[in-house]
Amino acid sequence: MLYREAGDFKTSYTADSQTFPIKFDRTAYWLLLIAAAVVLPFLVNDYWANAFLVPFLIYAIAAIGLNILTGYCGQVSLGTGGFMAVGAYASYKLMTAFPWLDMVTITILSGFITAAVGVLFGLPSLRIKGFYLAVATLAAQFFLVWMFNRVGWFYNYSASGQINAPERAIFGINVTGPNTEAWAQYLFCLLFVVAVAWVARNLTRGAVGRQWMAIRDMDIAAEIIGVNPLRAKLSAFAVSSFFIGISGALFFTVYLGAVEVGEVYGITKSFLVLFMIIIGGLGSIFGSFAGAAFLVMLPVLLKLIGVDVLGWPTDIVAHLNLVIVGALIVFFLVKEPHGLAAFWGVTKEKLRIWPFPH
Amino acid sequence: MKLGTMTIAAIMAAAPAMADLVFPSLSYRTGPYAAGGIPFADGYADYFTLLNERDGGIGGIPTRVLECETGYNTEKGVECYESTKGEGSLVYQPLSTGITYQLIPKTAADGIPMHTMGYGRTSAANGEVFNNIFNYPANYWDGASIAVNYLLSENDGDLSGKTIALVYHNSAYGKEPIRTLEELSAKHGFELSQLAVDHPGQEQKSQWLQIRRERPDYVLMWGWGVMNQVAIQEAANIRFPMENFIGNWWAGSENDVLPVGEAATGYKALAMHNVGADFPIFEDIQQYVVDTGNAAGAGDQIGTILYNRGLYAAMLAAEAARTAQEIHGVADITPAMMRDGMEALVIDEAKMQELGMPNFGPEFSVSCENHGGSGQGKVQQWDAAAGEWTIITDWITSDKSVIQPLIEEDSAAYAAENNITPGCSES
Repeated sequence: MLYREAGDFKTSYTADSQTFPIKFDRTAYWLLLIAAAVVLPFLVNDYWANAFLVPFLIYAIAAIGLNILTGYCGQVSLGTGGFMAVGAYASYKLMTAFPWLDMVTITILSGFITAAVGVLFGLPSLRIKGFYLAVATLAAQFFLVWMFNRVGWFYNYSASGQINAPERAIFGINVTGPNTEAWAQYLFCLLFVVAVAWVARNLTRGAVGRQWMAIRDMDIAAEIIGVNPLRAKLSAFAVSSFFIGISGALFFTVYLGAVEVGEVYGITKSFLVLFMIIIGGLGSIFGSFAGAAFLVMLPVLLKLIGVDVLGWPTDIVAHLNLVIVGALIVFFLVKEPHGLAAFWGVTKEKLRIWPFPH
Repeated sequence: MKLGTMTIAAIMAAAPAMADLVFPSLSYRTGPYAAGGIPFADGYADYFTLLNERDGGIGGIPTRVLECETGYNTEKGVECYESTKGEGSLVYQPLSTGITYQLIPKTAADGIPMHTMGYGRTSAANGEVFNNIFNYPANYWDGASIAVNYLLSENDGDLSGKTIALVYHNSAYGKEPIRTLEELSAKHGFELSQLAVDHPGQEQKSQWLQIRRERPDYVLMWGWGVMNQVAIQEAANIRFPMENFIGNWWAGSENDVLPVGEAATGYKALAMHNVGADFPIFEDIQQYVVDTGNAAGAGDQIGTILYNRGLYAAMLAAEAARTAQEIHGVADITPAMMRDGMEALVIDEAKMQELGMPNFGPEFSVSCENHGGSGQGKVQQWDAAAGEWTIITDWITSDKSVIQPLIEEDSAAYAAENNITPGCSES
């Protein structure tokens, strides 16, 4: 019904291997992008930006980053929160040390700094794997948070250990600080999401991505066919941490504006992002978005329905929220262990051949 | 998306058109700090229910408490702030230092006042920099100084050579008093040792082992939530003399001492208001709130320390609203008018008497230069056999000669960071 593929022929390899080989998908993708970049900025208000869109976009970047490491390269990481904290503190130090730097540069530089830290903590992955690596990255998580809490230089020796994002503008438009317009905040994040997703998609379907997947599927076999595990694993750590650093920086500068490291970038953040990619789908860019949307927007939606529409007490709704989201996670994983991305894949197959299932 | 649109439409439809005074309550009835969040939220809500039922609101306009669950989580705090600010919210009281830091710039941009009673950013006491942030009647630095002044009075005014250990929640909240205590340690010659406890604070064996080894003369605690009970239990385990163990006002509720049982007897804590249900206002609460079935939550918290604090916070907010109505001659006030009301707030014994809360809190007045109130506190002590807190001192005033320069310094740093020109705002 939705898909009418008659006449959609591919006459070149480039056309055949594009990201959206079906014309309908391609159109839908461009329409979505136009809607997101051109239409939504006019509609978005403070509430929609701060409760739904900005956190969704930022978590999507983090999920893409972790998906590269865990989903594509098979290295389980529980250090996401710690690496996001590196991004946040890097951007804070850059913003306060070089007030004239613009936010795009600061965010990208924070990504590079996080990439360096990620490579450092990725070194153990050359010797240990699986659960043992997860524990090693867990150590990174705790160490980084402890360090940012402990060493005064990172928070410019403020009395409370909090970091606050000063006001910064691009082209005269505020993107950080309290006077930021919702649309500016949203567009700034959207810019990074589109760039990150584009880079990630193209990395993962190229030679680098194939090396990562070879390592993930069987590292010994990959080594025998000529994949350099050192380079593959460390590049996965670098790219993944780069993205996670960007998301951590945006989380602090654009979204929250003030951060307390233990509370915001604690171990729960690592688990949250890991759940996003597990629910969304390991090894899928779409899955990263789906997982982020599921875990960011669903609780807020449930809260809106429970408290504002039905008028239930807030604590009951908060508890129900945990129950419902938990139950849905179990349900989805039982029904489709490969996540929402696989679920969508199956649905799409069915839609393409409908109404003739054989 | 469609569901979201529907929801928004439903909210629009549900929002009443009539005038009311909206007091958002960013509460936490779930999560690791719920034990402290529930009684506070109940007290806050019950006071406004009382005003509505007994007096028909403030100045004839009914009040509406808009509760939003934060779970002590900053991200949910942002969501709550954004979802409630459009409803004409008059004053925010997030009851979380983390959320406070987040909201300081946001409320300034939106022109909504925020009251952080005994928490938040201490230097907000300088109203010339923090125009719309208030932290009367006392702040953390006052608390630290009150505790030290109390110890001074216990030791005939001399603390030199003594050691004081600070057990603190390793967060913005717990770190706040350190700078003041360092200054005070230099001034009075006591030795300060700092022991950080990480969130949520269930694991404190190593900290208390250290205390057992170092044997400090006194232990101060800046704790919240489950951390308090664990600390008091650990102190009991190492047989640390309880009367030398003083918590701040967030580490001195029934929740903190009851789990430890008999061994908690003698534990002290600071108090920013009086304890117990022995005030005339509680009869009104029984009559208008409990008996009408309008009590918030389970209704089982009435008269506990943190319930009283919620009540006190609500009373200060309601009085500020009343003051604002008098200043502007308008009953349906805006957040900007509320700010003026808070800045002109005067709480004296006559007023507390009139409200049925005689000698409940300190007498103080707020001004543009001083958003911090009088900075007074008492010391309370737990008696496990009787199962109640007893106030054991009169109001102790903090050492302003130490605190004022620190406030100036920290607020000046904030002003410089954020390009604020200090000055009293026009109204």
